[in-house]
Amino acid sequence: MSGAAAVEIRGLEQRFETARGSVHALSGIDLRIEAGSFVSLIGPSGCGKSTLLRCIADLVTPTAGEVVVGGTTARRARQEHHYGIAFQAAGLLDWRTVQRNVELPLELHGVGRRERAARAAHLLEMVGLADFARMRPTELSGGMQQRVAIARALAEEPPLLLMDEPFGALDEMTRERMQAELLAIRARTGTTVVFVTHSIAEAVFCSTQVVVMSARPGRIVRVVDVDLPTRDEDAREHPSFFAGITAVREALRGRGVRGVAAGLGGDDR
Amino acid sequence: MTGALARRRAALLLPPLLAGVAALAIWQAVVVLGRIATFVLPSPTAIATAFGTVSSDVVGAATATGTTAVVGLVAGSAAGVLAAVLAARLRLVDEVLSPLSAAANAMPIIALAPMFNAMFGSTSPVPRRLVVAVAVFFPLFVNTARGLRQVSPVHTELMRSLDATGWAFTRHVRLPGAVPHLFTGLRLASSLSVIAAVVAEYFGGRQDGLGSRITSAASGSAYPRAWSYVLGAVALGLAFYLVALLLERLLSPHTRRSP
Amino acid sequence: MALLGVLLLLLLWELYRALGPQAGVEVGGQRVLPRADPRSMPGVLDVLRAVGDPEVAVPGSRTVGVAVLASAWGTLRMALGGWLLGAVVGVALAVAMQRFRLVERGLLPYVVLSQTVPIIAIAPLISGWGGRLQLTPTLSWQPWMSVVVISAYLAFCPVALGMLRGLQAPSAASAELFTSFAATSRQTLLRLRVPASLPFLVPALRLAAAQAVVGAIVAEISTGTRGGIGRLILQYAQQATSSPGRLYAAILGAALLGLVAAALVNLLDVLALRLGRSRAPRSAGGPTPTPLDPGTGGPT
Repeated sequence: MSGAAAVEIRGLEQRFETARGSVHALSGIDLRIEAGSFVSLIGPSGCGKSTLLRCIADLVTPTAGEVVVGGTTARRARQEHHYGIAFQAAGLLDWRTVQRNVELPLELHGVGRRERAARAAHLLEMVGLADFARMRPTELSGGMQQRVAIARALAEEPPLLLMDEPFGALDEMTRERMQAELLAIRARTGTTVVFVTHSIAEAVFCSTQVVVMSARPGRIVRVVDVDLPTRDEDAREHPSFFAGITAVREALRGRGVRGVAAGLGGDDR
Repeated sequence: MTGALARRRAALLLPPLLAGVAALAIWQAVVVLGRIATFVLPSPTAIATAFGTVSSDVVGAATATGTTAVVGLVAGSAAGVLAAVLAARLRLVDEVLSPLSAAANAMPIIALAPMFNAMFGSTSPVPRRLVVAVAVFFPLFVNTARGLRQVSPVHTELMRSLDATGWAFTRHVRLPGAVPHLFTGLRLASSLSVIAAVVAEYFGGRQDGLGSRITSAASGSAYPRAWSYVLGAVALGLAFYLVALLLERLLSPHTRRSP
Repeated sequence: MALLGVLLLLLLWELYRALGPQAGVEVGGQRVLPRADPRSMPGVLDVLRAVGDPEVAVPGSRTVGVAVLASAWGTLRMALGGWLLGAVVGVALAVAMQRFRLVERGLLPYVVLSQTVPIIAIAPLISGWGGRLQLTPTLSWQPWMSVVVISAYLAFCPVALGMLRGLQAPSAASAELFTSFAATSRQTLLRLRVPASLPFLVPALRLAAAQAVVGAIVAEISTGTRGGIGRLILQYAQQATSSPGRLYAAILGAALLGLVAAALVNLLDVLALRLGRSRAPRSAGGPTPTPLDPGTGGPT
């Protein structure tokens, strides 16, 4: 897919000073994420995938290197609301109704009441929670809360959606349902998605590229391209799905790919 | 479904009700059969009879004590919340007030009553109200300060990702998040205020409240009457607690409570 | 930092004495600001001087300072008795309530309710037992026993609630583990629940100590028990017009008493620590700085 890159990262370095000395969280990260793609970041604990996501979100300032989001610096992208973010904990405000939670970004950025309400209603419809608009977050299940968080992330129709293991706290069946719903939403909105996960199946099912990382220091090992014929439940039974999983697993183990299945390519770093 | 709900409600209400009735029955039996003197413990029936004769005075005395408690409660709560907000904003205030309040928790506040009597004059209602206010200040301060301090990291990151200003963060996250903690403090303080008001009466001032009635009835050996006033004090404390609970249900319906 | 606060308070006190109106400030017939004359508000030096004064104008009389300390010690002993009694009753209640759901359901509401209720109002009635109730042919009810009972009443509730929470703290999984070992309920109690309850018990005991002191002081006043600081405060309050500094010395003594009681419980906590249990969670005391502006995140 050619066109403007949604995210460009060049020579990113991230070090943290802790009581036990310096932690080299990320080293020499170069990454280009095309607009409209779905990119997963996967790797063992401590590989820096969440830190990388937070560098894109300007929640962490990198020690060195450049992060360009939608043509501007990460900081300006954050200040101009160019992305929406969803965390592993839904992080809904308990004292607000579901609808007012979705309205939060719009309220903070000066959108009028009627417009906010209309937009929130539309988003809740999209995630299938229109009937729960007046309820409180504590009355919803984990999966439903996460859907509200996603609706909130999409409130300002951002071109970029950042997600940090959003389905990590859910059971397997709910996870698979949420993955399908996320893809359906993305098909409608065309949003670029950067998705942190530690589930290989999840990464392969959802993504157009899977960025495999290694730990200590955090580095990109390989980017695996994934090309599935469909992105619905049937895809989970397709041979290229299993081939993709194998490719990602091999990369995680530090070995090269043995044989190239149809529709599969990749770059070794 | 209603059958199961009713059974659950019965399971929760029945044991304490039965325990209360049983206690009253045992009390009555022990006092009558053991021929316990009235100064040790009057029988429930004697107390009930006495209550009937003085019920209007009980209400009057309860009103007087209740007024002291309410004024002190409102003043102390307002001061406590304000101090907590200041402490959250200014490190210096926090560092001075927190250890002081931890120390004050250990001290008997009612010892201040004679001091206030000397400062304001013992005929003034101010000393007793001030004692209540001081007693109420600390639970409100400590709990509200804790609520203002505790912000979950997810919310912090969320607000930063939304580029929220400091004030927006306070208004939308920190303050609403502190409200349940404020009510925890208020529930504690509501019953505390009645206790402090009753105790403060022992140190002088106008003798029109429940505390003084109990003392005078006891010294006049009218024990069933004294216990009637005690009943009034119990009812007053309960009423304050229930009002605080009701306020919490109305203003902060989303919180899950424990007694 | 607490010292700074105390110094600030003292400074405010002296400033008001120097600058405030002699008759106080009245608004709508109520005095809202206190009288600033030396009788109503003695200076810091006056109070310190009063500590050294003889208590009674009789040669060989003890000083005010000694009187305060002796009375504080008297109250401490009674409060200690109340605290111990309350702790024993509270723990026993908690164990019974944890063991039998029915007992918990029947009694817990009353235990909680006793916290919301000014049971201190029955202090005069319990003190009425003094000198009139015969426990054994030789022992009649002593006034100090009333103080201990009232003090225990205020102390038992926090202990019962805290201990119950602690005994119920172990997860269902831990309890199931013990069941799988075919442990008796006594073994489960002693080896699982009691150790788990200690972090909850200690703060409850601390609160109970403060409550016991308050209960002892109030009980002294209503029973007229001699030898305690509550009684002394009342006595000096009556002498406040002639020697105002004494009252404040006595009040400071009471404050000191509360702090000592809390410190003793902390000492107990430290000693229990040596027996190798985990650290008790600290109640709100020191500040936890949280920036108003969310800062940058740490390593993930």
